Amino acid sequence: MLEVQNLSMRFGGLLAVDQVSLDVNEHEIVAIIGPNGAGKTTVFNCMSGFYKPTGGKILFQGKEIQGTPDYKISRLGLVRTFQHVRLFSRMTVVENLLVAQHRHLNTNLLSGILNTPNYREKEQKSLDRAAYWLDRVGLTDMANREAGNLAYGQQRRLEIARCMVTEPRLLMLDEPAAGLNPAETKDLNRLIISLKEDYNVSVVLIEHDMSLVMDISDRINVINQGRPLASGTPDEIRRNDDVIKAYLGEA
Amino acid sequence: MIANNLKHALFCAVITLVISYPILGFNLVARGVDITLTGADATTLVMVALAALIVFGFQLFRDRIVGTITDITRPGFGTHKEPMEENRRARIESWVLTGILVLALFWPFFVSRGSVDLATLVLIYIMLALGLNVVVGLAGLLDLGYVAFYAVGAYTFALLSEYLGVSFWMALPIGALLAALFGLLLGFPVLRLRGDYLAIVTLGFGEIIRILLNNMTNLTGGPNGIGGIPEPTLFGMEFGRRVKEEGNTSFHETFGIAYSSEHKVIFLYLIALVLAVITALVIRRLMRMPVGRAWEALREDEIAAKSLGLSRTAVKLSAFTIGAFFAGFAGTVFASKQGFISPESFVFLESAIILAIVVLGGMGSQMGVILAAIAVTILPELAREFSEYRMLIFGAAMVLMMVWRPQGLMPMRRIHIELKKQE
Ligand SMILES: Nc1ncnc2c1ncn2[C@@H]1O[C@H](COP(=O)(O)OP(=O)(O)OP(=O)(O)O)[C@@H](O)[C@H]1O
Ligand SMILES: [Mg+2]
Repeated sequence: MLEVQNLSMRFGGLLAVDQVSLDVNEHEIVAIIGPNGAGKTTVFNCMSGFYKPTGGKILFQGKEIQGTPDYKISRLGLVRTFQHVRLFSRMTVVENLLVAQHRHLNTNLLSGILNTPNYREKEQKSLDRAAYWLDRVGLTDMANREAGNLAYGQQRRLEIARCMVTEPRLLMLDEPAAGLNPAETKDLNRLIISLKEDYNVSVVLIEHDMSLVMDISDRINVINQGRPLASGTPDEIRRNDDVIKAYLGEA
Repeated sequence: MIANNLKHALFCAVITLVISYPILGFNLVARGVDITLTGADATTLVMVALAALIVFGFQLFRDRIVGTITDITRPGFGTHKEPMEENRRARIESWVLTGILVLALFWPFFVSRGSVDLATLVLIYIMLALGLNVVVGLAGLLDLGYVAFYAVGAYTFALLSEYLGVSFWMALPIGALLAALFGLLLGFPVLRLRGDYLAIVTLGFGEIIRILLNNMTNLTGGPNGIGGIPEPTLFGMEFGRRVKEEGNTSFHETFGIAYSSEHKVIFLYLIALVLAVITALVIRRLMRMPVGRAWEALREDEIAAKSLGLSRTAVKLSAFTIGAFFAGFAGTVFASKQGFISPESFVFLESAIILAIVVLGGMGSQMGVILAAIAVTILPELAREFSEYRMLIFGAAMVLMMVWRPQGLMPMRRIHIELKKQE
């Protein structure tokens, strides 16, 4: 469903991403791993429309999307989280989930002011969806807290819930386990698998936590210094000499 | 620490001296054709020295003074109290508001004409501030040229009535819509800019509108302004002693009561009241709607908002346009109240005052903004003898607010949303 072909991204003299290709099928979890500064987040930024790549193609459900504005890509069903959590921290937890469902706001200005039945029904639907996902990630009790006051692990889960209420086709998670304790990581592990199994969402994930990656990924792409290094199933990657060298050399 | 404080305090005292001595200590006196410089009398000099001393003392013990005052104010103000139960609070709030509204409806019949007139002005400022609150407080766009949209509303009515004889009720929506259109047109190129740049461009836009009005003499009358703007009518009834327009009747004759110039003032007040209430209600509603949340989301984190499918331009434009719309509303009422407008009424200072109201009230908070509008408009009228020092008091109030209550008089409170429990 997603195909990245020979993606390149140059910042001035720095070639941050060099000829990276990857593809994601329906119903699949694909991981991108690589040492710090390898260019993983940059690949995400190109895919989500934050950067216009300097070379290569990105196809989502058969349509070229490189250079399409970010908000339009997200409306296609390609939604992401961030390496550093980005919540609307002074809004409440529910409000965070409501905002995510507000992409078509101009159509209902008048019906909203007049509070027509049609409008109320739509609002109720958004609320129900928000309530459902709060329950799903275990944040129902926090619904009316300010998002900025949540614990870090809760913020991470809220960010994922916020993506899910938009009903995406493909979810991009940038280091979702960073800063989580082992128990929380295990929960996250289960959540991501359930996203795939129960909600039919494909997932691309960037992660440093190898146990998580090896556990849940169907396929793994390794990037090193902007260049693709290897790709394959977790078992293949585990045995790949180049990968071992790159990682052990780093460590 | 103490040496540091002492140095700082000395520095501040010297600065006070350096600034105030030349300003207060010298007088220009006209003797025939010449102007000569004379020193001030002894009392002024003593006062200057005293002021420097006070500044010195305050800066020396600043930490302690500020600390005590913060301690005093802390428990008294709402934010740190145990939160009241949500439903009860909402009920009490709506009762209080209804009470205030009923009072506001009947109050003008018992007071002097001057106070009603002032109250009308307060209501106009409330409308303006509520509108700007959308742009600055909710959407986080620093607009320093807000007064331009106010001017558009006022001049729309003035010109329409001057050239086409359009009545207040017709001009009210037209003025507001035209102001909104200006907001939209200006917004398009400008909203790409961020923070400071946006502020500067909107500031420029405000001045452009004013200067245009000043210079398009054959259309707007330039600095002489436009007079003879009609008052609103009540179902075709005029409030003047004699009927001006054919087909209209006069209010006092229809009801068989003696003519009184107060009727007109009270009627205008009531119109302003109704419009202000409508403004408040509509914006309150907007804040709870998807648009309102989108404004805040974009202010909080633009990148996250975009990643969730919110179009930055659409969201910002909607805030800008809606803000402008209400300024146009207020402008029409203002033109009708004054009966005469000129570019003088739409200077930058006006924008600054409205912005100050929003900041003082607490960005995003409607109640706060309304309180601040009342305070900022009425206090200078009460303290007429201090009118020369108006800006000084104003500035001091701003500084004090920023030190002790940077979140404003009544910070915005989030609405509590009840969720249905999941089975
Ligand atoms: N906007 C930018 N302008 C200039 N250089 C950038 C920009 N964004 C990223 N880079 C550079 O591109 C390289 C890759 O960065 P990127 O953030 O993609 O790495 P990463 O693989 O996500 O690393 P990490 O694991 O630390 O998150 C880095 O050298 C970074 O400095
Ligand atoms: Mg990264």
